[in-house]
Amino acid sequence: MAVGDKNQGLLSPFRVLDLTDELGFLCGKILGDLGADVIKIERPGGDPARRFGPFYKDQRDPEKSLYWFGFNNNKRGVTLDLEKKEGQDLFAKLAAKADFVIESFTPGWLDKFNIGYGALSKNNPKLVWTSITPFGQTGPYAKFSASDIEIMALAGCMSLTGDPDRPPLRVTFPQSYSWTGSYAAVGALTAHYHQQLTGEGQQVDVSAQATLLWAFSHAHVFWDLNRHMEKRAGSFMTGRSITGAKMRVFWPCKDGYLNFIIYGGEAGRRTNQALVEWMDSKGVAPDFLKQKDWKTFDIAKVTQEEIDRMEAPIAEFFKGVTKAEFFKEVVKREMLGYPVASVKEIFEDPQHAAREFWRELEHPELGVKITYPGPFARFTNGACDLWRRAPLIGEHNEEVYCGELGLSKSELGRLRREKII
Amino acid sequence: MIEFAAFAAGPVVGKHLADHGATVVHIESKVRPDGFRAHYPPYKDNVHGLNRSGLYALCNNDKLDITLNLKKAPAGTELAKKIAAWADVVIENFSPGTMGRLGLGYEELSKANPGLIMLSSSNLGQSGPHAHHAGFGSQLSSLAGFTHLTGYPGGSPQILYGPYIDYIAVAYGAVAILAALDYRRRTGKGNYIDAAQYETGLQYLAPILLDYKINGRVAERNANRNPHAAPHGAYPCKGDDRWCAISVSNDYEWQALVKAMKNPSWAKKFATFEARKVNEDELDLLVGEWTRGFEPRELMETLQKAGVKAGVVNRMCDVYEDPQLKQRPQWVELEHPEIGKMHYQRPPFLLTKTPPGPAKRDPLLAEHNEYFYCELLGLSEEEYKKLVDEQVIY
Repeated sequence: MAVGDKNQGLLSPFRVLDLTDELGFLCGKILGDLGADVIKIERPGGDPARRFGPFYKDQRDPEKSLYWFGFNNNKRGVTLDLEKKEGQDLFAKLAAKADFVIESFTPGWLDKFNIGYGALSKNNPKLVWTSITPFGQTGPYAKFSASDIEIMALAGCMSLTGDPDRPPLRVTFPQSYSWTGSYAAVGALTAHYHQQLTGEGQQVDVSAQATLLWAFSHAHVFWDLNRHMEKRAGSFMTGRSITGAKMRVFWPCKDGYLNFIIYGGEAGRRTNQALVEWMDSKGVAPDFLKQKDWKTFDIAKVTQEEIDRMEAPIAEFFKGVTKAEFFKEVVKREMLGYPVASVKEIFEDPQHAAREFWRELEHPELGVKITYPGPFARFTNGACDLWRRAPLIGEHNEEVYCGELGLSKSELGRLRREKII
Repeated sequence: MIEFAAFAAGPVVGKHLADHGATVVHIESKVRPDGFRAHYPPYKDNVHGLNRSGLYALCNNDKLDITLNLKKAPAGTELAKKIAAWADVVIENFSPGTMGRLGLGYEELSKANPGLIMLSSSNLGQSGPHAHHAGFGSQLSSLAGFTHLTGYPGGSPQILYGPYIDYIAVAYGAVAILAALDYRRRTGKGNYIDAAQYETGLQYLAPILLDYKINGRVAERNANRNPHAAPHGAYPCKGDDRWCAISVSNDYEWQALVKAMKNPSWAKKFATFEARKVNEDELDLLVGEWTRGFEPRELMETLQKAGVKAGVVNRMCDVYEDPQLKQRPQWVELEHPEIGKMHYQRPPFLLTKTPPGPAKRDPLLAEHNEYFYCELLGLSEEEYKKLVDEQVIY
């Protein structure tokens, strides 16, 4: 689908200044998806995350980072050196008229230059200022530095991922930045709604570590209630049965892996029954599975022995099934379970085509249209969509500094020469 | 706000708004209580009970809980419509089509309440050939590509604990409702929001989706490796199954690490990023030999002081004691009549002038029936009693 009209966006009247690094990219993008005018403020020469791969046609170039493209579309872009006095003044001018500022500097860094929340909210008390850091604005870790893996570690996520006899794992493609950016958007909009009702702006203090507590949130409750510690269990699920039984989650199939779990409850009853019928239609359902009364099957009380006995014939059966066959059958038979999809299979899923999920954005300087994941939700009134590709370095300097702040072109040239922009 | 919702994806959206003062009513029935209450451990002391569920507690603090038996048509349906007419926001996460079949679709509910905002949170969306396929987030995380990226190259995918993708949809669901509320305030228009967890999940994977489309590359799991850093992983520490994550993104950080390790002679071999990458297995072993001598917290503090990124691999017992999480504070301990003391969780974003809850424990099943139906919805005592007797309020 082609792009729509940003002015239809739900948040189109509002202006956002986005000074974040990768920890906060998604926050600004989400506000941009909703139509807000998001200006990404980068250091002169461009944001360091432009060096993150993968790259367009594998060409290492700060204007060709797909990491940048993916998380900074729907933003305009200017450059600005916040360590220089004139840069600070320009930022203060922009902030005086903004609705949102999003930043991810080490706590206190902006205050050193008198351009933190405390200083800039004096001229603009309605400002919603969202600070996104690994651990929050105060506390013993406030000045610790962390990338994805340290955040995943300290939030407890890694203790739950990986084989028991090998080191704890993270997800190979960084997750914590997206989690943090998207929850930061919830915080920013909660404060925004309050501001719209009362006129009172405020600072929102987002912690990546605290955000990632939600990602695997069920596990810690076992400790809180019963002093039982959930741990990494490789490709098995624990915590469903009070006997401590583990259920297999990943099953090798003909062309990869399937995700299938023996569940309890009403949904489990239907799935288990449907699987046995499917196996039976191929003549491979053993009698004890066919005779099982799924209505009385209680997953919370099942023993490991019983689970192992059930899983053996199922594993044999799945070895002869492809991911595509499995997906077709689970949809048809209304079973729980999905193939373990790679990005390739995600593009092939007819569900996305039917919902017109994918969006194409023009990249005129590359002479191509690039396909992007589309809107995160559909609204009947007001739009949420993709409007523009990510900005080039300093692409909107003239538009913003001359067009909006009223600088002359010669002043702009001087600022450029002095590397303030 | 009202929730025709169960498990995590719908109710945790409501929780975040309840934490900030919204009146959120969680609607269940004794015929079919929230699945977390009914069959999803943990239960306090491993004793099953509808008011003993830790997950229900975690996801529903500061809400009212009422029962409404939608199987009693038409009285149940009529009552549901009346409740929806009272609300600003409806959250539902039934499988697509269910609300419509019950006569409670957006078109119907918005007749009496044209500014209504309704969020339908589903696995795969309200439309499309797979819309009606119901499922749990724990498995959708596989369809949406996440587990393919977890584990060792050539080995089995590995589990992401719990319904990972549900909580991604929570953030987007809350964003959607807040944006729709703001839009309604300015325009008077309500909204029906179709949020597919699958589509929200893919937002997190944009760069590797682009990589496939442009470069034909299929992103694969590669354990803890990172193309931009080495060392980069979890390293063993003193104690039983204790670990600390360390990452080194450039030569400065490497030099800082070498200095912290007291300049071992083997470090010379790894002076450049390329050398560290080419010999990464050996590097991991050597760094691990050194880290073994430390308690995880001691190692993290030593390295952070030295300018090296490091973080303890917190275990589930550690997250309640972590000094940073305690300081925020991230937890609020409240007393629950059947669970006893429970750690309720604050939002990961703290509004500094209007600080969030939790302030109240999660409600017991049907705890607020009389209060809600009589005081808030305005039923007379007779009407209420009649509906209770008829097991519509049940």
